[in-house]
Amino acid sequence: MNKQVETSDRKIIASKHVKLGQKNQKGQTYTDVNDIFYKAKQTPSFLTGSEVIRAAIKIASVGTSVAYPITPQSEAAALIGELYSEGYLDEYFRGESEFAVMGQCAGAAFGGHRVFTTTAGPGTLRAMENFPMWAGSRLPIQVCVTCRGINSPLSIQPDTLEMHYLLETGMLVWHAETAQDLFDFILKGFIVAEQPDVHVPIATCCDGFFVTHTKDTVELPPDDICLTPYDPYRNPQPVMDMETAPIRMMRDPFVMKSNYISYATHASWQQEIKAAVERSRKHTIPLLDGLIDEHNTDREILVVSSGTAVSQSREAIRLLEQEGIKVGLVKIKTIRPFPYEEVRQATKKAKHIFVPEFNVGGWLAREIKACIPDNERVYAGPHVAGGMTMPSEVIVDEIKKHLGMETAEAVSLG
Amino acid sequence: MSNYEVKAGPEAFLPPAAATMGNVLPDPGEAHIGGKLVPEDDAYDLAARKILAAKVPTIFPGPLVLWKWTDHVAEKAKALRELAVEAPMRLIPMADYRPKYPKIIQEYEINPNHPNLTIWHNKIDVCIFIGVHCHMANLSLKIIRGGTSCYTIAMCAMAGHEDACLSFRDADLNMIQKLTAKIKKLKSEGVESQAEPFTQFVMGPSGPLTP
Repeated sequence: MNKQVETSDRKIIASKHVKLGQKNQKGQTYTDVNDIFYKAKQTPSFLTGSEVIRAAIKIASVGTSVAYPITPQSEAAALIGELYSEGYLDEYFRGESEFAVMGQCAGAAFGGHRVFTTTAGPGTLRAMENFPMWAGSRLPIQVCVTCRGINSPLSIQPDTLEMHYLLETGMLVWHAETAQDLFDFILKGFIVAEQPDVHVPIATCCDGFFVTHTKDTVELPPDDICLTPYDPYRNPQPVMDMETAPIRMMRDPFVMKSNYISYATHASWQQEIKAAVERSRKHTIPLLDGLIDEHNTDREILVVSSGTAVSQSREAIRLLEQEGIKVGLVKIKTIRPFPYEEVRQATKKAKHIFVPEFNVGGWLAREIKACIPDNERVYAGPHVAGGMTMPSEVIVDEIKKHLGMETAEAVSLG
Repeated sequence: MSNYEVKAGPEAFLPPAAATMGNVLPDPGEAHIGGKLVPEDDAYDLAARKILAAKVPTIFPGPLVLWKWTDHVAEKAKALRELAVEAPMRLIPMADYRPKYPKIIQEYEINPNHPNLTIWHNKIDVCIFIGVHCHMANLSLKIIRGGTSCYTIAMCAMAGHEDACLSFRDADLNMIQKLTAKIKKLKSEGVESQAEPFTQFVMGPSGPLTP
């Protein structure tokens, strides 16, 4: 019934912001996102992921950022503080806790600012109540989640289990593989999240340390241009003041205690948040060049993954190729919205689908199993967690073992 | 690709959001009819015919056109009044979004938390949402589709509404006037309004004034 959204155009509807083409107080020119990525000259830089976050926020026209220390995002939060001292942000301060940070972000977003914050692991979990509150309030806040272990015994090391908890919050959830992804996702994430038909928060996730603390070559646009600012007039909700009439909706009884119709309103409200996440596909597909990347998906053996597990899989596929074993790859860029149809299409010829993940739960494998026919084709693994690396040889070994092929000596995980 | 058709209800105890069924919003220059994307110009004819065929066609103006926060909005409100006179259509405002307690005055107001009450009470069979914030319009449109048989039309100033039976996007003064002109043209060609006789009420400072 509906037309397919094409990736070929690689554009979303251009900004009509009144400040487009004007200069901000730092002399940066407000520029449409299409021009920033597809017209401006990109220059290679050698940066850590944390420095990439700083570079993105420098040209993101962010109004407020709230910081709280937790490894591995602390460095990025501190670097954003430097930007504040240089005059690139209007407000920057340290919250009292992760929970407080997210509440303070909500206040700034209610007030009409573009808001960015960072968190990780236990911080994400501690702040959790705020995420569905952001979504229900239609606040397009961006939180960069630099994933790490969440459970006791304490681990500050990479682990993507916390992403599982974000899946039904009503937020957009994107998963960056590289520092380049992270840079692109932060800037494009604001644009998608702030569309009037979307207008929900976004979690831009990356794997802590692997992305945040390693250097990589990243193509950056010039820093004398910047995104057009957030436009509060394109908010699909009136500004909600929690306390003051005539709005005071959040505390009034229609949600808290009323008749059945109030429950229907709440249900319809929740549906609308899910609908908003769905609507983001249309804007995300041209900006990210699709919700997935595909390589040789006509092959019988596929690896489907997200984040840095994709990078490890690329190397595993190269090693397998040397042995004459041909394997294709699907990289998933957006976890919410999940690319159900894209994954169905990309995996339709596969007989074996491997899903390597940096967590013990295997949430990505479950997502994939839930959306494809004949899901016994999905092999959930290999899994590592708690900061373990995932050597490409482990992926190779697991694929060969599952397929009944002869494997090398057991790979040392020590 | 979606096969989900957005029709007048009553559809279900809790109908799905059309976006989650795969329906996508129109691009600029387009509208949707029942979920199918069409050129914007094609939607005026059906909208006008639905309005003329209805017994109780009603416009629900929201806060974005009820309050003069820009000069353009004042022009849109005037054009809406002209549409209401030409069709003719009743005007029942959605002045704000607070839940109304102890009960809504169904003759004079509609509320996004229980829009079905106004539609049932007045037997409204076709309505236009305009000037309602998108989130609130979508809440209402799903509840209306779930429990009433009302055909919903959205004249959205932003990206449109999948949950309406018919939706325009980027609706400005010119588009309201085009719809009015289409109704006028159909009437000149012999299509008669089936609207039941009514008198438009007038709202005073302390509530509705009896016509």
